[in-house]
Amino acid sequence: MSTNHNSNVMGMNLSLSMSRREALRLGLFSTAGLLCADSRVLGATAAPPVTKALVSAPVKAKAKSVIQIFLWGGMSHNDTWDPKPDSGYDYMGEFKTAIPTNVDGIQIGELFPKLAKQADKYALIRSMTHRNNGHETAAYLMQTAHAPGERLAYPSVGAVFAQFKSKGYKGIIPPYVVLTRPQGRFSEEGFLGPRLKPFATDGDPNAARFEVEGVVSRGITDARQMARRELLGRMDTLRHAMPNNPQLAASEEAKQQAYELILGQGKEVFDLSKEKTALRDRYGRHTFGQDCLAARRMVEAGVPYIVINYPGGWDTHSNHFATMRRQCPQLDQGLAMLLEDLQDHGLLESTIVWCCGEFGRGPKVDWQPPWNGGRNHYGNVFTALVAGGGFKGGHVVGASDARAEEVKDRPVYPVDLLGSIYALSGIDTNAKLPHPMGLDAHVLPTAAEDAKSGGLLTEIM
Amino acid sequence: MKILLIAVLGLASVLGGTAAPSTEQNPFESLSDPIPQGRVDKLVFGKLKQLGLQPPPPCSDAVFVRRVHLDVIGTLPTAVEAREFILDQAPNKRAALIDRLLEREEFATYWAMKWGDLLRIKAEFPVNLWPNAAQAYHRWILASLAANKPYDQFARELLTSSGSNFRVGPVNFYRAIQNRTPEGIATAVALTFMGTRAESWPSNRLAGLTAFFSQVGYKPSSEWKEEHVFWDPLGASAMPGNSAPGKAAVAAIGQTSNRVPELSLPPLTNRAPQVATFPDGTRITLPPNRDPREVFADWLITAKNPWFTHNIANRVWSWLLGRGIIHEPDDLRDDNPPVNPELLAYLKKELIAGRYDLKHLYRLILNSTTYQFSALSRSTAPEAGANFGSYPLRRLDAEVLIDALNQITGTTDLYTSPIPEPFTYIPEDMPAIAIADGSITSPFLALFGRSARATGLENERNNNPVPAQWLHLLNSSHIQRKLEQGPKMKALLDSRRPPAETIEELYLTFLSRFPTPEEMLNAKTYGLVQPAKPAKPVVVKKREDWVDLAWSLVNSSEFLYRH
Repeated sequence: MSTNHNSNVMGMNLSLSMSRREALRLGLFSTAGLLCADSRVLGATAAPPVTKALVSAPVKAKAKSVIQIFLWGGMSHNDTWDPKPDSGYDYMGEFKTAIPTNVDGIQIGELFPKLAKQADKYALIRSMTHRNNGHETAAYLMQTAHAPGERLAYPSVGAVFAQFKSKGYKGIIPPYVVLTRPQGRFSEEGFLGPRLKPFATDGDPNAARFEVEGVVSRGITDARQMARRELLGRMDTLRHAMPNNPQLAASEEAKQQAYELILGQGKEVFDLSKEKTALRDRYGRHTFGQDCLAARRMVEAGVPYIVINYPGGWDTHSNHFATMRRQCPQLDQGLAMLLEDLQDHGLLESTIVWCCGEFGRGPKVDWQPPWNGGRNHYGNVFTALVAGGGFKGGHVVGASDARAEEVKDRPVYPVDLLGSIYALSGIDTNAKLPHPMGLDAHVLPTAAEDAKSGGLLTEIM
Repeated sequence: MKILLIAVLGLASVLGGTAAPSTEQNPFESLSDPIPQGRVDKLVFGKLKQLGLQPPPPCSDAVFVRRVHLDVIGTLPTAVEAREFILDQAPNKRAALIDRLLEREEFATYWAMKWGDLLRIKAEFPVNLWPNAAQAYHRWILASLAANKPYDQFARELLTSSGSNFRVGPVNFYRAIQNRTPEGIATAVALTFMGTRAESWPSNRLAGLTAFFSQVGYKPSSEWKEEHVFWDPLGASAMPGNSAPGKAAVAAIGQTSNRVPELSLPPLTNRAPQVATFPDGTRITLPPNRDPREVFADWLITAKNPWFTHNIANRVWSWLLGRGIIHEPDDLRDDNPPVNPELLAYLKKELIAGRYDLKHLYRLILNSTTYQFSALSRSTAPEAGANFGSYPLRRLDAEVLIDALNQITGTTDLYTSPIPEPFTYIPEDMPAIAIADGSITSPFLALFGRSARATGLENERNNNPVPAQWLHLLNSSHIQRKLEQGPKMKALLDSRRPPAETIEELYLTFLSRFPTPEEMLNAKTYGLVQPAKPAKPVVVKKREDWVDLAWSLVNSSEFLYRH
């Protein structure tokens, strides 16, 4: 496909060489054809202020850790967890059947036989909506619940956990970990600054050795680590000349903490060879499966917030069905096993698992070139999966309409989903976030910001 | 050129290898007493004396050559540059070096990076300039700095330009604002050119300023993401189908919606003449035949303006001395007085007399004994730091740090923008300080606190240490690979050279100075096992021991901090 830059250089707008993002902006390939960034115009008009909804719902905090599986790029909802087998070929494309689950009345897409056996453990929110079709803005919305384009760049939910959970957390693995790479769509720490940046592991947990960047190094023995640490202590002449400098003291303290991870027991959390081969096989010998296993080990170590950025992503404008056939079985295997294994370890009650993308994908297949059977960005309605940590399994929240194009009932907005996760984790959504300029910033939008809400997910809490 | 370089290197190592000049008590300070040179020093020394604080001695030549390179051009001196400067016997060598550095190409590169933070050059979220516009904006800033454009003119052009965001760089000032309403623009103008935070103003003052920016129009062209910024007195860009302040112009075009766009501003035709109020309280009726932005700019850039010159004089001082005379440098207000009002007044006077030639101000500050103080403070009292009683330690900026690591090891890093697709890559040999657009980045830059360029605040760049940064420096494959495989490291650690020479070259390359005798001994003996038979001479150091030595220098405070 031609590039944005090319089309700029050649001054060709509205030509066939336009990028897909451009195409989407122009609404040519979007079935609804209505992109609306202005949240005040569409949707429920009588939405209660977010803060009020949250205040009125005292919830027992059960969750100690959160695993967020971020299906970045946006996973199709009607091919997966909101199938509409009666909507016809133009909507369902190659995946025509829905399969029953172990909960009566709940069906999911045919590519998820393993998750179908675990449906008692999770709830499906089939009425997620924010009506935003841009990757970065929708990703920001889903992970901050704040409207993009405000003056402030808010921190993501993981950074908020790191902010509020660091005090009670005594582990030496950073409180907010990303497997294995950051998204790069927006800066996760927002205005909270680099202290609350997620620790990205890098490496591949499915490799023979999971080389966590900075923690597990290649070819450096512990003896050599000790020797060169001792050398550095002797060679740091400036520090010896300024023993009372507060900045160097702060730096030294941070260095000690780093060494606890480099030389201490902490790094064993990342050593997946400590798990039984059979169990590793059941998670799936692929990066996502082993990501899930690494996430469970971090939950055992008490890490408050773990993100799995889905390797490869789900931005399937073209080659959609083949990609789904390849990736869904891995998602099915890893996620189903994660839920089962958390349960077996007695951790599911205290661990929230939530899984969705920044949006869904167009429920109507685009058969035209260059997509040739693809699905484009779609934020009007999509599905999120939540489990554990106080969320009740075996439920469906809300519904989309006959063709999964709009919310039919019980809209769930980003504030509702994140608000519920915060509530189950004991984080006050009205709490102030420290802003570098002292501006008034809160975990979730305040009533004055008039963010749309359908209320907390009380039906599954 | 290369041959010459090698020849100089060879000659220099003969000179230095035999007798490292060590007139200093420690490698960081000179033995001479601190002597006030000019008015800057008189005012600083006077204040220190008043507080009963002892000024520290001047820094050593070795510290100076490194410090002034990092502060003026954001680039480490090479081993050759460091050695030549240290061995140079000319009495005015510091002043001469300052003059040379102010003319180096990297001067404009480095300060365009600084201005890029304050002017928010970022293609993507949350500023959303778009790549072509970010590049045009940066090019204009770079050219202005390279030409040493007087600062008042620089500010005026940023405030009054009209035209395409792709072709007229400075119009992007009005686009690099998250909240593109007249009030949002006024807030950004107050922060950038007055160094004050409108959030803490009385609301009527902000309203008065807002009026000057109520006629800024934005309109898209048929070129993808092109947008014109222009004086729009009739509110044409608020008409349906056009775009207006506060609306994402580009996103609005072509949307298939039956909804008639709301007017964000009432049309200005047939309205009574608008009244605006300057932040000093002076009221003015906006003339109908003049762009109000010009009216504001003319008020702003005069010598009498109580904010404009103060702000830039204070900022330049803070950039070189780590702390403003008013601190923070972008928080000027009545209840945040300058610690040394005479000093600020003097800098202001010099700037006006020099017709806003910023290099004149740099030169004045850099040549002062105050700037050249040792970093080894003689006092732990907070007043000492606040009154510039020593040179303050500051960790290298993320971009400067990675450039330094790449320079000493002969390696490069990859910088990309994750959006828009296809990903943006920049040439392999481009240093990080030269990256135009805050959206073009690397994991290292993000980890080490590069500015997110979302707000234009000075403190958006964060150089405070966190453990994850240490994990990266101490133990990442990224840094380890540079030290093990970097071509310059391979040349440096050539096993045919006597160890003492290699060690000296390592010190000059990494720390811009000769090793002390103690360091030389430590370096020589590291990794050597005591031979079983003492008579047998010690064998050569293993390669990994050399790498460890280089690793320890990279992780030393001296490498990581401006000092």
